[in-house]
Amino acid sequence: MALSRLASSSSRSADLLKPLCSAISLRRPISTDTTPITVETSVPFTSHQCDTPSRSVQTNAKELFTFFRDMALMRRMEIAADSLYKAKLIRGFCHLYDGQEAVAVGMEAAITKKDCIITAYRDHCTFVARGGTLLEVFAELMGRQAGCSRGKGGSMHFYKKDSNFYGGHGIVGAQVPLGCGLAFAQKYSKDEAVTFALYGDGAANQGQLFEALNISALWDLPAILVCENNHYGMGTAEWRAAKSPAYYKRGDYAPGLKVDGMDAFAVKQACTFAKEHALKNGPIILEMDTYRYHGHSMSDPGSTYRTRDEITGVRQERDPVERIRKLILSHDLATEKELKDIEKEIRKEVDDAIAQAKENPLPESSELFTNVYAKGLGVESFGADRKEVRAILP
Amino acid sequence: MLGIVRQKMLGQSLLKIRPAISVLRSYSSAAKQMTVREALNSALDEEMSADPKVFLMGEEVGEYQGAYKISKGLLEKYGPERVLDTPITEAGFAGIGVGAAYYGLKPVVEFMTFNFSMQAIDHIINSAAKSNYMSAGQMSVPIVFRGPNGAAAGVGAQHSQCYASWYASCPGLKVLSPYSSEDARGLLKAAIRDPDPVVFLENELLYGESFPVSDEVLDSSFCLPVGKAKIERKGKDVTITAFSKMVGYALKAAEILEKEGIDAEVINLRSIRPLDRSTINASVRKTNRLITVEEGFPQHGVGAEICASVVEESFAYLDAPVERIAGADVPMPYAANLERMAVPQVEDIVRAAKRACYRAVPLAAAA
Repeated sequence: MALSRLASSSSRSADLLKPLCSAISLRRPISTDTTPITVETSVPFTSHQCDTPSRSVQTNAKELFTFFRDMALMRRMEIAADSLYKAKLIRGFCHLYDGQEAVAVGMEAAITKKDCIITAYRDHCTFVARGGTLLEVFAELMGRQAGCSRGKGGSMHFYKKDSNFYGGHGIVGAQVPLGCGLAFAQKYSKDEAVTFALYGDGAANQGQLFEALNISALWDLPAILVCENNHYGMGTAEWRAAKSPAYYKRGDYAPGLKVDGMDAFAVKQACTFAKEHALKNGPIILEMDTYRYHGHSMSDPGSTYRTRDEITGVRQERDPVERIRKLILSHDLATEKELKDIEKEIRKEVDDAIAQAKENPLPESSELFTNVYAKGLGVESFGADRKEVRAILP
Repeated sequence: MLGIVRQKMLGQSLLKIRPAISVLRSYSSAAKQMTVREALNSALDEEMSADPKVFLMGEEVGEYQGAYKISKGLLEKYGPERVLDTPITEAGFAGIGVGAAYYGLKPVVEFMTFNFSMQAIDHIINSAAKSNYMSAGQMSVPIVFRGPNGAAAGVGAQHSQCYASWYASCPGLKVLSPYSSEDARGLLKAAIRDPDPVVFLENELLYGESFPVSDEVLDSSFCLPVGKAKIERKGKDVTITAFSKMVGYALKAAEILEKEGIDAEVINLRSIRPLDRSTINASVRKTNRLITVEEGFPQHGVGAEICASVVEESFAYLDAPVERIAGADVPMPYAANLERMAVPQVEDIVRAAKRACYRAVPLAAAA
């Protein structure tokens, strides 16, 4: 009898379990669920010479999961790059973006591939957001053929022209006039699209930025200047470099918006607003209040000019990936374990890409002489010893 | 000093220099005359007409009709969307030009003189010249940077530098420098059509110079090859290389040398990068003597590169050391007599050619 009771109770508990099981299996399709969800940005926007967009942002489960996945992937990628650099597989410069992922991801969510993005050298995650693959990233960092620039560019020179991602620039501030030039070309071609030219708080003081902004405002170019203010230009804090660190106001006649750059939804909202503005009224500045966990580059520990408490504080209070995790959990869209599983998947993806990149060969020696010109005209070029090494440029 | 350089084309006896208003009138036997200014203007006009992606940008190119009137009439014809007056911000507008070229347009960016290009040189070198290489071919930059280069007359040290050797040392750039109207038309058209960044070095004092142009040159499809020098005057005793205004001086020197029994071959480089080493070396192998002439500073100049190339490729053929005639190794002075000493003169080229031919040259008086 005890057995039968046990059996019946177990069958009852089995009955009880059944709906729960089916409820769990019902959870899978939520990652493609587009039922609108409204979220509030962390803080309201502050504006200069323009209205502020609403704090309420429309999203859905699908987007939340995309944000989580993309940012977690970027995070993992940058941390892996750190290890590869220390293992001397990556040489030269390596400027990591971990902490700033929300800017890349939020921006991408607001725009199309017809819009252009140009940035400086902290470009790995922006490249991925525009559709670059992990293999292209790691292979380029290690100088291999499968790299996005076939190993000839390196960390600072990622490009993906078919997604209108124009790099990848090593000279601080140069990308801003270049970006305004892209906006000029979009307007000239009547493409109804905009350009986002990203720069840091260090670059914000560059004269050429103001020259380009002046011309953009005179000619009503659809240029959006985005200051990724991580508060330190290499080792110099913003208050030591800028008399006025209110970068969103520095455009003077050009309107500006200050945005919480650690909140992907605030970034998305601001970029949507800016795109609409720029198409009608010309240039606008977005200041993204963001933070980088790493130092300026791999040669900078990042702790001589800021305290470890500051870094851990930001990580605890404002981490962009954690913000999305909390949103997903609070909206009951997934369990902690499911999110951890996604992160495990991501880790494996990153590890696989690294393994593949490590197997990939270095460029052929003949690549020394390719792409010097688009049209080489059959002229000769020379190696270090021109009696030994000469080539006809293709 | 030299207000207007008189030019006689050797071998064409009857040509006089006329003001070139009569370009459109055609005479059955006499060649048409065209100033370099008109040549550049017509080349810009035709290329803008043929390709809607070509646009012109620079200070005073629009409403002012061009600081040197090179872009005269273009604003009226093509409108303010394609002929753009910029503020005096070279770094900004050169960068904007390069960005537009990244997207696929074909900008022609004018520097009022190349002295001002130094404000924008980072964009010319780092944003334009190197991009195709760094991106492994994804980002080609079909841009032309053009404007007057080198010394004008009495404009002083900051407005007189020649930038040929600076830009020509950079892989990824093409550097062209016309002399005649034919050069101006053909090379500018080639530059605009070229998918790579081109630095196009004009000369203010040549703008008003008239040259004969054939029907072929006047045709809108006319184009000269990039990287090919032109032998302006064939000779057998000594090779003289030059570009831009110095070609005229070299030709005058050749006339003088001819009277003294020295038959000079004058090469108009046309293209500083790529440098036509094969034409230069072939000529030196024939004449066995070389004079290089340039207006710019001598150290690390164009002549130094030509000399090195000839020593590397044709050492056994040299019968005399290579001679370099260049601008004086000083900033350009203002006083007319000093200015005259700071730039090569025809007699300098003649003297150097005689030295190379082992003719006795009277010693210079102590300075």
